[in-house]
Amino acid sequence: MKKILVLFNPRDRFGDWWDRATSLQRGMFRLVLIGLFFALPFINNPVIDTPETSFESVLFYPLVMFAIMAVGLNVVVGKSGILDLGYVAFFAIGAYTQAVFGIFTDLNFWLVLLLGMGFAMLAGILLGVPALRLRGDYLAIITLGFGEIVRIIAVNTEAIGGAAGLTGIPSPPPILGMEFSVQDLRPYYWLSLTILLLVLWGIVRLSHRKPGRAWEAIREDEDVAAFMGVQTFRYKLWAFVIGGAIGGAAGVIYASQILSIEPKMFELNLSIMILACVVFGGMGNIWGVIFGAVLLGYLPEKLRFLTDYRILIFGILMVVMMNLRPNGLIPRKKREVILEKI
Amino acid sequence: MEFSILVSEFASLTFDGIVVGAIYALVALGYTLVYGVLRLINFAHSEIFMIGTMTCYAVTLVLGIATDTDPLTLASFTLVFLLIILAASLASGVSAVILEFVAYRRLRIMRASRLSSLISAIGASFFLTELFRIITESRNIAFPRLVDKEPIFVISSAYVTFDKVLVLIGATALFFLLNRVINHSKLGLGIRAVSQDETTSVLMGVNASRVVSLTFLLGGILAGAGSAFYMVFYETTKANVGFLVGISAFTAAVLGGIGNVRGALLGSFTLGLIQQYSSAVLGYNWRDVVTFVILVLVLLVKPTGLLGEALQRARV
Repeated sequence: MKKILVLFNPRDRFGDWWDRATSLQRGMFRLVLIGLFFALPFINNPVIDTPETSFESVLFYPLVMFAIMAVGLNVVVGKSGILDLGYVAFFAIGAYTQAVFGIFTDLNFWLVLLLGMGFAMLAGILLGVPALRLRGDYLAIITLGFGEIVRIIAVNTEAIGGAAGLTGIPSPPPILGMEFSVQDLRPYYWLSLTILLLVLWGIVRLSHRKPGRAWEAIREDEDVAAFMGVQTFRYKLWAFVIGGAIGGAAGVIYASQILSIEPKMFELNLSIMILACVVFGGMGNIWGVIFGAVLLGYLPEKLRFLTDYRILIFGILMVVMMNLRPNGLIPRKKREVILEKI
Repeated sequence: MEFSILVSEFASLTFDGIVVGAIYALVALGYTLVYGVLRLINFAHSEIFMIGTMTCYAVTLVLGIATDTDPLTLASFTLVFLLIILAASLASGVSAVILEFVAYRRLRIMRASRLSSLISAIGASFFLTELFRIITESRNIAFPRLVDKEPIFVISSAYVTFDKVLVLIGATALFFLLNRVINHSKLGLGIRAVSQDETTSVLMGVNASRVVSLTFLLGGILAGAGSAFYMVFYETTKANVGFLVGISAFTAAVLGGIGNVRGALLGSFTLGLIQQYSSAVLGYNWRDVVTFVILVLVLLVKPTGLLGEALQRARV
């Protein structure tokens, strides 16, 4: 049985092919895949179309937004093994940056994007420096608290709209002649997809280099990693800050599309949904995480009766996954190899 | 910043702080007991409390006590309250045992990573909150006024009402009961043994799985009793009521030293007082921020809390 599973394991077969492929083959594969994703809004197939919201808007939110955030959270939870339950705070900081700077100043959108990422990173440092000295479950509670504090501060600060939030957030300026408007959501999809690809490129590069190895060492055993000379605190902080920056970027883009934001959008539920995407897809495996985000984002939109119950289902999913398949649907390969050797 | 309120209302704030602290303590004990045996924070404990509050409401529904009925007489109140607290304790206790069985047991036996158990517990917690949110249609549930809340007597600015006195007496009785169970019963011996060293206690013939189950039951019963007092005092609940009560109780447990039963009591009363004073000065909106800030400060400055982790060895 095990042999058959290995034979028909698409992930490993693909992995083997990928390892043997020439750089030309790899480049072609990448190009085709990316092209396919960019062409998605043109496919009007009733099989994949969503019944109530337009397919383009679903592609932008939740699919790509979830994917970006899941990739960001994966750096923290999956790669470094730090449970962050307040990830929505970084998203909120990004969204509020775009709202405040977009409404009250006439700064360029791209500058605001960088600024949003900067603020999110700053928040990551502010939270991470004290919190990352703690153990896993304490850290989880602190991050949970952080997410709530950011939301409560937004509710109680009248200067940024209080509980009512902010309206009239400007859209990004046209790129390559494409207008960002309410009628046509495709440019937003392409913009966010581009950001996702950039993020992926960066994270994959980092994973193969020193930070990636340090993160995995910390995840497997922090004490041993420290004994072996890994500067654990520093790399944990880096993971936190990088994850935060990605969440911030997602927030800026999201706010530029949604036109108005309110603190209610940034509740704990969103953090948990993103965490469910990471857990479901396979903690630590970036492709698994994206798959999880796309699936968990898409299914409630496709099957509308699920929408009301989605957090209920996500909750069950987290329990079931942890108990039966703790490494997710598409687990990371390296770990399995090590486990089999033992 | 309204410091004058703090001075003029000092007695009232202090009295309410102690009452709130007593309710927190009943919930905080559940965190501390489970932490003692599992070395894990039971994330879904707040939902066990929520189930208790919902059970209280269900009992009044079954008994046909509407929100607009007049407060009960003392005799009938005693009967109704006993029924409520028993039902809530039972419901919370049973849910806690089921929770342990579904979300923790397998992972504990497999010796899975801490992260897996945490995520599993969070999943269970969200499942329960959502389940009750859907059942209650996200409404705030009003609990009927069971007892007259006219002050019995007034000390300075503090209005001593029957419900507050009931909370204090009831909670104190439960603390003594718990103390007996922990220190003078076979179950208590098992809990202390597993807390100190699980492997050795298993070798000495302790059935660890049974002790863990019973610890969850104990914590659940206390949370259920706490929820009955909470309902008589606050008279409202909703599906996510557990979140803030849970965070406060958890903060209290950490403040006193998690894993330490006496610490949980001390931490709860301290936190209850701090919350009352800070709400008066800064405004009620900032209460939860204050709680979180206290939690962060305690964890940074003195992570073992006021009394230290006495139920177990030093932190690993």
